[in-house]
Amino acid sequence: MVVQRTDVTDPAWYARVVDCQWACPAHTDVPQYIRLIGQGRYDEAYLLNRESNVFPGILGRTCDRPCEPACRRGRVDADPVAICRLKRVAADLCGDVTDRLPRAPRERNGHRVAAVGAGPASLTVANDLLPLGYEVTIFDGSGAAGGLMRSSIPAFRLPVEVLDTETAAVLAMGADVRFGQPVSSMAGLLADGYDAVFVGSGAPRGKDLEIPGRHEGDADARVHVSLDWLASVAFGHTTTIGRRVVVLGVGNTAMDCSRTARRLGGDDVTVVARRPRAFFRASPWELQDAVDEGIAILSERAPRRFVVEGGHLVGVELDVLEWDATAVHSEVVGTELLPADDVVLAVGQENAFPWIERDIGIAFHQSGLPEVDPVTMASTRPDVFFGGDAAFGPQNIVWAVAHGHEAAISIDNRCRGVPVSTRPPPRASLTSQKVSINQWSYANDFNPVGRQETPHVDLARRFAELHVEVELDFTPAQIEREIQRCLNCDVQTRFSERLCVECDACIDVCPVGCLTITEDGTDDEVRARLTVPPAGSTEPLYVSGPLPQTGRVMVKDEDLCVHCGLCAERCPTAAWDMARLHLVHPTAAAARAAAPA
Amino acid sequence: MPSITKPLIPAVRRERNALGLTIRDYEGPMSTLCAGCGHDSTTAALVQALWQSNLEPHRVVKLSGIGCSSKTPTYFLRSAHGFNSVHGRMAPIATGANAANRDLLYLGISGDGDALSIGLGHLCHAVRRNVRMVYLIENNGVYGLTKGQFSPTADLGSLSHRGEHNLVPPIDPMLLGLSLGATFLARGFSGDKAHLVPILEAALAHRGFALVDVISPCVQFNNHAASTKSYAATRAHELHVTDLAVPHAPVTATIPTEGAVDVPMPGGGSVRLRALPADYDPTDRRSVSAFLHEHAGRGEVPTGLLFLDESVPDMHERSGSSRVPLNQLAFDELCPGADALDALQAAYR
Ligand SMILES: Cc1cc2nc3c(=O)[nH]c(=O)nc-3n(C[C@H](O)[C@H](O)[C@H](O)COP(=O)(O)OP(=O)(O)OC[C@H]3O[C@@H](n4cnc5c(N)ncnc54)[C@H](O)[C@@H]3O)c2cc1C
Ligand SMILES: Cc1ncc(C[n+]2csc(CCOP(=O)(O)OP(=O)(O)O)c2C)c(N)n1
Ligand code: SF4
Ligand code: SF4
Ligand code: SF4
Ligand SMILES: [Mg+2]
Repeated sequence: MVVQRTDVTDPAWYARVVDCQWACPAHTDVPQYIRLIGQGRYDEAYLLNRESNVFPGILGRTCDRPCEPACRRGRVDADPVAICRLKRVAADLCGDVTDRLPRAPRERNGHRVAAVGAGPASLTVANDLLPLGYEVTIFDGSGAAGGLMRSSIPAFRLPVEVLDTETAAVLAMGADVRFGQPVSSMAGLLADGYDAVFVGSGAPRGKDLEIPGRHEGDADARVHVSLDWLASVAFGHTTTIGRRVVVLGVGNTAMDCSRTARRLGGDDVTVVARRPRAFFRASPWELQDAVDEGIAILSERAPRRFVVEGGHLVGVELDVLEWDATAVHSEVVGTELLPADDVVLAVGQENAFPWIERDIGIAFHQSGLPEVDPVTMASTRPDVFFGGDAAFGPQNIVWAVAHGHEAAISIDNRCRGVPVSTRPPPRASLTSQKVSINQWSYANDFNPVGRQETPHVDLARRFAELHVEVELDFTPAQIEREIQRCLNCDVQTRFSERLCVECDACIDVCPVGCLTITEDGTDDEVRARLTVPPAGSTEPLYVSGPLPQTGRVMVKDEDLCVHCGLCAERCPTAAWDMARLHLVHPTAAAARAAAPA
Repeated sequence: MPSITKPLIPAVRRERNALGLTIRDYEGPMSTLCAGCGHDSTTAALVQALWQSNLEPHRVVKLSGIGCSSKTPTYFLRSAHGFNSVHGRMAPIATGANAANRDLLYLGISGDGDALSIGLGHLCHAVRRNVRMVYLIENNGVYGLTKGQFSPTADLGSLSHRGEHNLVPPIDPMLLGLSLGATFLARGFSGDKAHLVPILEAALAHRGFALVDVISPCVQFNNHAASTKSYAATRAHELHVTDLAVPHAPVTATIPTEGAVDVPMPGGGSVRLRALPADYDPTDRRSVSAFLHEHAGRGEVPTGLLFLDESVPDMHERSGSSRVPLNQLAFDELCPGADALDALQAAYR
C-alpha cells in the first residue's frame, strides 16, 4: 500500500471526530447530554455534565465555549449547536439530584490536602478528592466560595443562587472551609504538614494604567480598577456611578464593566478600544449584549492622559490611531477628548504571589508565573500543584476545572506513591447503535432548522433591577429544535473492509459526498480523486485496507460527515456500521478504579 | 427502504451544469430497492450522465415496464415525465410517444426479464424502426422482483440461489441488436461508473435507438458464489473493449488521439472511441458480431461502446412524419375534417 491505512484502534482517531468533546478542555460528552435532554432525562443530562465540568449551571451561562467554534454543525450550516445554552437547559430543568452526587466516605484515607482559594480550580480538586477520603481544607480570603465567579462575573449573567447551589454541592461533601482566611505564607502552610498543597488563587489583580493625571485631583476616586470595582458592586459596597462613563479596554471584562455601569446609572457609557473591531478580544456574544444595551464602542483610540480640571476628572484624552491591515503597527493621527465622570480600567489581569516565599523550592518564570507542568499541574516542588488562573495566567472557568481534575489525579498519585507522570489513559468503547434494519438508537435525520436564540428580558427591566438575569432559558419548542441540530458526532461510521463488495451504494447515497473508493496512491493522489475534494482541509483521511474484489481502498473525509447513517443503511453487507464512541477522560476516582494501588 | 430521505446539506459545495442545475436536481425520491442492488448504482450513473449532458429534466420522458429495474425511473429525475407501463410493453409506449412528439428525449429502463422475455417482440421492432430513444437493460440474470427465477440472460449451467442449474442458453442483447440492425450498442457494469457514465452520455446523444446492456447485480438473488452475474464474477470476467470520451466535453480530454475514432453526434461534438484490442472496429457489424460470439464462448463480458452507426435515419426521418409535436399542431391541421378523410380513403380505393 502507498497510502497509510488508518489505525482506528487508536482512540484518538474517532475522538477527533467528536469535535465538541475534543475541543472541550474538560472533555464533556456533549452529544450524549444533548440526547438525554431530548429524552427528557434532565437529571442524567446534568449529572453527565457534572462528571466532566463540575459546574453545569454556571458554565451553561458563562462558559467561554471553545466547543462551539469547533462544532461540526457550524461547518454544515451557518451556526454551531447552542451547546452552552443546552447545558443550562440540563441544569435548569434538572430536579433534586443531591442524593446522586458523589459523597465522602465515612472513613477518611488519612491524607490531608490544602487548597488555596475557593475558585473553580480548587473546588474541582476538592470535588475529586473528597469522595476518595481525602481531608481537604480550603482557604479563601473572601467570605464565600466561587472566586471570580462570585466577585467579578456580574449577577445579571450568573445568578447568585446558581453559584451558591453548585459551589455548596462541593463543600457539602465535607470540605474543611476556612473563609476570611487569606494564606499569607506558603512556608507556614507547608509547615502544617499537608501531604499536598493546591494553589488555586487565581489572577486576582486588575491592571492599573499609569498615565498622566492618574492621581491628580479626584482621579484616584473617579478612576476604578475593573476587578476591585466589580467586586465592590457584587458585594453591595458600590451602588452608583456618574452619568458619563468611559471603560478602557475591550475584553470580556470591559463588557461586564460597561454593562454594570449602565445599570448603576451610567446612561452614556463608552468602551474605548485600541485596535479595530475585527481584533477585539471580547467574545462576539458578550460584545453583542453590550451593544444591545446601548454601550458605545469607540475603536482605534489609545488613552494618552486623564484630564483633570479644577481638581475634578473631566475626561480622557485619546490618541486617534491608524492601523495597518493586520493591526500590528499603528500611527497616531490626532488626539481627542472624551468627557467622563468616571473611568473604569479593564486593561487586563495580573498574577501576584506575594505570599509564596521564593526560597522554598517553587520556581517562578520571569513573568511572575510559576513553573508548572501543563499535564500534571505540578510545580517544581513535588508537593505543590497549581491550577486555574494561578497556573498560566488568566484563562476561564472550564480551563480551571480541567486543571483541577488533572491536579487531583496528580495529588492522588503522589499520596499513593504512584509517579505523578503516570496518567490514566482515556477509556474508549465503540458500540453499534443498530436497533433493527434501518433503525438506530439515535435520531439520524437532518433537521435544517437554524440556531435558536435565547429570549432576553427587556431593557427597562435590566436597568431597573441590577441582578435580574438577562438571558432566559430556551422555550420548550426551542429546546426541541436545538437538540435536533446536533449531529451526534459520537455515533461513528465504522468500516469492515473484508465485507465490502464495492457496489457503490454508500458512495451514491452519502449526502455530503464524503466517501470514495479509489485506487491506492499517495496522499496527494488520493485527495485529488475524492468524490468531493475537501476545501482546504488538511485533516487526515480515513483510509481502509485493500478491498477484497479489486484491491482498491475506501476513503472517508470526516470533515463534513453528518452522521446520518445512510451509508450503513444502504450497505448490503453491513460493511458500514454506526457505532457510538463512548469516551471517558478519567478523573481521580476513575483513575483509581482503573489501577488500584 | 432507508429510514430517512437523503438530506440537502447547506454547506456542500455543488457544481452547476450549463443549465444552472446541481446534480441533486437530477435525483428522485429514496430508492426502495434492496440495499446494494446494482440498479441503484446504475441510477446514480444515469443521474450523473443526465446532469453532465445538461438535459432539461422536463424535456425527458422516463418509461418502463415491470421489475425491480422498471421501478427505478421513480428514483431519478423527479421533474421529468414518466410512464410505467405493463410488463414488457415499454417499447411500444415509447414508440407511440416518440411518434407524437419527437422533441422530447425518451429514456426507457427495462430489465433482462422485461426486455428479453415478455417484451422481446416489442424490443425487436423498436430496434428495427430505429426509434430515437435510450433503451437500458439492467441485466442481472434473474427476475429479481419475483424472487430470483432465471431470466433469458442467465448463462448455461449457472446456478440459481436455490441451487438449480440453468439448462437453457442465454440471449445476448448485443448480438440480438446487431442482427436486427441496431445503430448503437453498448455494455457497461454498474460497479464501474467511470466507464459507465460516458457510455450513458453517448447513448443520450445518439440520433436513433441506443441499446445499453448494463450488468447490474441482484444482491438478493444472484450475487452468490456460483452466480455469473455477481459483483465478483463480473469483475473477474469483464473485458473493456472500448474506452469512450463524452460528446460534450473537449474530446481530447480523456482519450489519447492515437488509434481513436471520432464519431460526430447530432447534438454537436463527437464521441471519441478508442478500441482496446487494436483491431476492434466498432463500425463494422460483421467483425463485431464475430468478436462477441468468440468472447461470449469464453465466458468473457466485453464492455464499452461495442457498435455505432450514426448514418441510419430514425423512425421520423424514414417516414417523413410531423416535425412539429402533435400537441402543438392547430386543431384543423391535426384533424383536417371529413372531406380530407374522404379524400384519403378515396386514394386507397
Ligand atoms: C470580569 C470577569 C468576567 C469573567 N467572565 C467569565 C466568563 O463569563 N466565563 C468564564 O469562563 N470565565 C470568566 N472569567 C474568568 C474566570 O472567572 C476565571 O478564569 C476563573 O474564575 C479562574 O478560576 P480560579 O479557580 O483559577 O481562580 P479564581 O476564580 O480567581 O479564584 C481565586 C480565589 O482565590 C482567592 N485567593 C487569592 N489569593 C489567596 C490567598 N493568598 N489566600 C487565600 N485565598 C486567596 C481569591 O479570593 C479567589 O476567591 C471572568 C473574569 C473576569 C475578571
Ligand atoms: C404480465 C405479467 N407477467 C408476469 C409478471 C410477473 N413479473 C413481475 S416482474 C417480472 C420479471 C422481472 O424481471 P426483470 O425485468 O429482469 O427485472 P428485475 O426485477 O430483475 O430487475 C415478472 C415475470 C407481471 N408483473 N406481469
Ligand atoms: S453537532 Fe453535536 S456532537 Fe457534533 S460537534 Fe456539534 S454539538 Fe458536538
Ligand atoms: S455499500 Fe457497503 S458493500 Fe457497497 S461499496 Fe459501500 S461499503 Fe462496500
Ligand atoms: S431483488 Fe435483486 S434486483 Fe430486486 S431490488 Fe433486490 S437486489 Fe435489486
Ligand atoms: Mg432481472
